[in-house]
Amino acid sequence: MVKFGFALNPSSRIDLDKTDREKFAQLVELEPDVLKCMACGSCTASCTAGKFTPTSVRSAILEIQNGRWQQALDMLKGCLLCGKCTMVCPRAINTRHLILAINEVYQSGK
Amino acid sequence: MIYQGKQKIWSDYQKEIPDDHYFYVRSCIRQNLFPASEKTFLDITRNKLGKDFFETEHHTTCGGIAYHCDTIPQETSMTIIARQFALMQKYGYENYVCSCITSFGLYTETLETWREFPELEARIKENLWKTCKLEFAKPKYLAHASDIIYKYRNLIAAQAKYKLINRHTGKPLRVVEHIGCHYGKMFPSKSVGGAEYPYVLAGMIEAWGGEVIDYPERRHCCGYGFRQYHIRSNRGYSLANTYKKFESMEPYKPDMIITNCPGCPYFLDRWQYVISEMEGKTYGENGHGIPVFTYEEVAGLVMGYNPWDLGLQMHQIGPEPVLDKIGIPYDPQAKYLL
Repeated sequence: MVKFGFALNPSSRIDLDKTDREKFAQLVELEPDVLKCMACGSCTASCTAGKFTPTSVRSAILEIQNGRWQQALDMLKGCLLCGKCTMVCPRAINTRHLILAINEVYQSGK
Repeated sequence: MIYQGKQKIWSDYQKEIPDDHYFYVRSCIRQNLFPASEKTFLDITRNKLGKDFFETEHHTTCGGIAYHCDTIPQETSMTIIARQFALMQKYGYENYVCSCITSFGLYTETLETWREFPELEARIKENLWKTCKLEFAKPKYLAHASDIIYKYRNLIAAQAKYKLINRHTGKPLRVVEHIGCHYGKMFPSKSVGGAEYPYVLAGMIEAWGGEVIDYPERRHCCGYGFRQYHIRSNRGYSLANTYKKFESMEPYKPDMIITNCPGCPYFLDRWQYVISEMEGKTYGENGHGIPVFTYEEVAGLVMGYNPWDLGLQMHQIGPEPVLDKIGIPYDPQAKYLL
């Protein structure tokens, strides 16, 4: 093996063909409103926890859609369930229930 | 002429390429990497197509590598470019043709910057006068050398001895075309086909009998990227780009790759060896690798030039499988005798 002094960087590409869509289908069944999100970011802007921790509902939904659910769970760890995001959501998504549903589907391993 | 409506949209995908009388500027790195490509280009255009190409030994690099590596400021590279334009004017030419894609991108960027900021052009004029006592005029047309071969692709096809067809199966060779990023991605309207559908190499492949392969990462960068490569610790990023492209094109079983940039053929060629060492993975039929060519080399091959006169022995991936498929005779013993 030749030593080149550098190594092949791992790819950061998200391959949607290789992600598990079954859990996302479960999530949609539990909280269909997840499909209504238009990623406006109002939830993130109004989030109390988001000011001090990396909590972001908008990013978490995006991560889940890209099959990176572990990152989404880490992101939602700081959520206080205060419900401010539910009040500001222009698509009237019950974000509090969505966060609980995400935890139920992805964390409990159902 | 002012185009409107759909005509204007269509005109953005077209490129006016002058017919004759060109001032030709060589690339600073192609001479080392693919030494016969520019010689072949001049031989084809001058002697086979009868065009007037003038070149002078007094021209220099455009400064593109230093500029993109952040080691010289833009004004320095602009002054170097202004000097090249002064040489063109001195010898009485108006059509500027460069061999390098990075140069093409930098010349276009410079001309567009001067158009937007005329005061900067005035300052560069002053710089050039102070440093070299020269005055310059901007070129009437700026073209890349591959634009010229594209323009005359059918004339080359008419004189061709060989076609890009597999003589064993009778089917067209499956060709991947890779276009340098600085050709159409920076200023899409300055290229043939824009950034989304650059046709410059695809047109050559189709005219010479090959089949163009469309694959997911077709428009991805080869990985050179200047800063990524020139700093050794960053080379993993450069390699990762090439790896991604090869992983993407592999299922489509390409016979060969054609490029029009100095960096791309080098990296697509050499990195195949590095990937084989690092990952144990080889591409192409029987793990031989996928041969990579410049467009001048392919033009030379179809016109019947001796493969070793085209400098194909300088490639990491041997071109022999492609030569065998097309039916181009070569002497294996003479490969390294030049």
